[in-house]
Amino acid sequence: MSNRIVIKPGARSKNYWKDLWNYRGLFYFLAWRDVLVRYKQAAIGIGWSVLKPLLTIIAMCFIGWLFKSKIPDGVPRAILVGAATLPWTFFSTAFSESSNSLIANSNLLSKVYFPRLIIPASTVIVSLIDFFISFVILLGLMVFYKYVPDWKIFLMPLFLLLALVTAMGTGLLIAALNVKYRDFRYIVTFLVQFGLYASPVAYTSDSIYHSGLPQAIKFLYSLNPIVGVIDGFSWCMLGRNVSIYIPGFLCSIAISFLFLFIGIWYFRKTEKYFADII
Amino acid sequence: MEPIVKVENLGKKFILSHQTKGKYVALRDVIADKVKSVFSSNKNNAGEQREEFWALKDVSFEINKGDRIGIIGRNGAGKSTLLKILSRITEPTEGVITIEGRVSSLLEVGTGFHPELTGRENIFLNGSILGMGRKEIEAKFDEIVAFAEVEKFLDTPVKRYSSGMYVRLAFAVAAHLEPEILIIDEVLAVGDAAFQKKCLGKIEEVSGQGRTVLFVSHNMQAVQRLCNKGILLQQGKLIASGSMESVIEKYLDSSQSYKAVFEFAPPSNQQDIPGYVTKAQLEDTTGNVISEIPIGRPWQIRIRFKLTRNVDHFIAGIGVLTQFELPFRTCWTEPKNCVPGEYEVVFINDDVMLTAGIYKIVIGLSENNVTFQFLDKGIQLHISQVSDLANEKRIVNTESGLIINQMPVQLTKLN
Repeated sequence: MSNRIVIKPGARSKNYWKDLWNYRGLFYFLAWRDVLVRYKQAAIGIGWSVLKPLLTIIAMCFIGWLFKSKIPDGVPRAILVGAATLPWTFFSTAFSESSNSLIANSNLLSKVYFPRLIIPASTVIVSLIDFFISFVILLGLMVFYKYVPDWKIFLMPLFLLLALVTAMGTGLLIAALNVKYRDFRYIVTFLVQFGLYASPVAYTSDSIYHSGLPQAIKFLYSLNPIVGVIDGFSWCMLGRNVSIYIPGFLCSIAISFLFLFIGIWYFRKTEKYFADII
Repeated sequence: MEPIVKVENLGKKFILSHQTKGKYVALRDVIADKVKSVFSSNKNNAGEQREEFWALKDVSFEINKGDRIGIIGRNGAGKSTLLKILSRITEPTEGVITIEGRVSSLLEVGTGFHPELTGRENIFLNGSILGMGRKEIEAKFDEIVAFAEVEKFLDTPVKRYSSGMYVRLAFAVAAHLEPEILIIDEVLAVGDAAFQKKCLGKIEEVSGQGRTVLFVSHNMQAVQRLCNKGILLQQGKLIASGSMESVIEKYLDSSQSYKAVFEFAPPSNQQDIPGYVTKAQLEDTTGNVISEIPIGRPWQIRIRFKLTRNVDHFIAGIGVLTQFELPFRTCWTEPKNCVPGEYEVVFINDDVMLTAGIYKIVIGLSENNVTFQFLDKGIQLHISQVSDLANEKRIVNTESGLIINQMPVQLTKLN
């Protein structure tokens, strides 16, 4: 018969990816649920997805103006800030949502079978939708400032993918750890707060690389996978006005994929115990 | 015929770590313990003891297509663990299970229901969680809504539903699953009596279509009604499998948690009284000791007592009380003048059928209408949910009152 299921210790890993594919319908429905729930019962519903990035951009512009941070010639500050805020917001929400997703869905984990990877993966979809809404806002700002990006903006999806890889990798790792050690949720909050300062959101990477900071600090900085993501976004949108520091960028990409690898490995290693200990 | 489910030497081990702290392991504590154990010379004493616990061990059985299997056992026997392994929620530690066909498990009613979503949205969500495809849900949508009787509230968030509506909707989705093998755990413990009946009917219908059903419930009547075969688990081991009747018989035998034989030490004032009860035991009417009496089966209590001197106008009596201490029956022997010696008296209850529950039996001994010993502690009578198939027809309804057997009724048309 075609529908033979064999259950034995370790049997799950054999058809892991095929199983995941078979459950894509559930992935879709869980993502749909998260999206629906997010905009229900909110007074201005989808308006939050517009207001939040807009307010963040305004606040960041104000801080930049206050500290008279350097901006490349010919780029409005709002566009510069927006190009960095968008990927950061996407990463931070995707990361924290997927980190907490297993705990939030513990009743599902202990009552139904499905490949567990679906839960953190589907939560990222909400952040992705938010990202697209804020991207439209950024395009609106470009129209407002009559700023024309060059062809590189079409490479943006690649960097979005990189952001996704980074968020998934770290998110999976923390989500799996969170099942066993509940204090990881505090670590998530801390990481997101700290990450905002360690990433080029309120400043540019140029100002780090061209500063008088010790080489070791610069190296540490380039290890932050989000640096690569944000630099990439800025490079796409601000094109000719921004240069990219290639060694640091490659380093970030490598770290992102390393996290994805570790995340999936650890998640798969521990997921069979989720239902027992959650 | 090839079995549809084959379970071989299944075992599931849990590691219990005895901690006095909270429910969850906190990283903070792990680190603290590690640090402590580095500095302490006695490494085995790191504030935590580990113990292995086999929730299931060496369980093997086979299920044929179309069987309706009832899994019974006391709390902690491993029933839920078995279902969780069969539904792939958790992995076994050892053993192999081969399942030929699509499995749906229903371990909880309304898994994944989201209170903010409407009834309509939840039908789709819950359906997909239970393994239905979008097309399948669409095809059955009207049927599900009709079964749940929530047509008017389809676009209301389920958080505004009454709990009855909520449960009806949740069960309705699950009831319209069409897997080859359906695994159900305790879902009938919800809803009002009428809805429970409807659910049972639906499950009967499902299993009538040649599908295989695995069913766990504490409602023994439901298990008996639905299942043709049974599996009895006790402390993680398979005790019996086979026809439902034989398994239930085994289940009653195995109920060692209840006492059926009560021994009484001589009372402290034995010098002052002419006699005392030494032993009492609960039996079925053939004289077998039985600790849990199937609902509807006649039972008797055999009481031994000792008289140390001549007793005039001796009467031995018993009283039966509900667990809320409401006396509802008293019986006694004919008065008799007795000489010293050991005596035995048997009270046979074959006329009144009590509903399932725990009852208390008190014993009194008297001389010349003065009670000299009154035993009101210790003797409990357990009437089980399991019904005695031979007497089932005499039972009106197990929920209709304390006494459940029919009385003679006459219905006549006047003029």
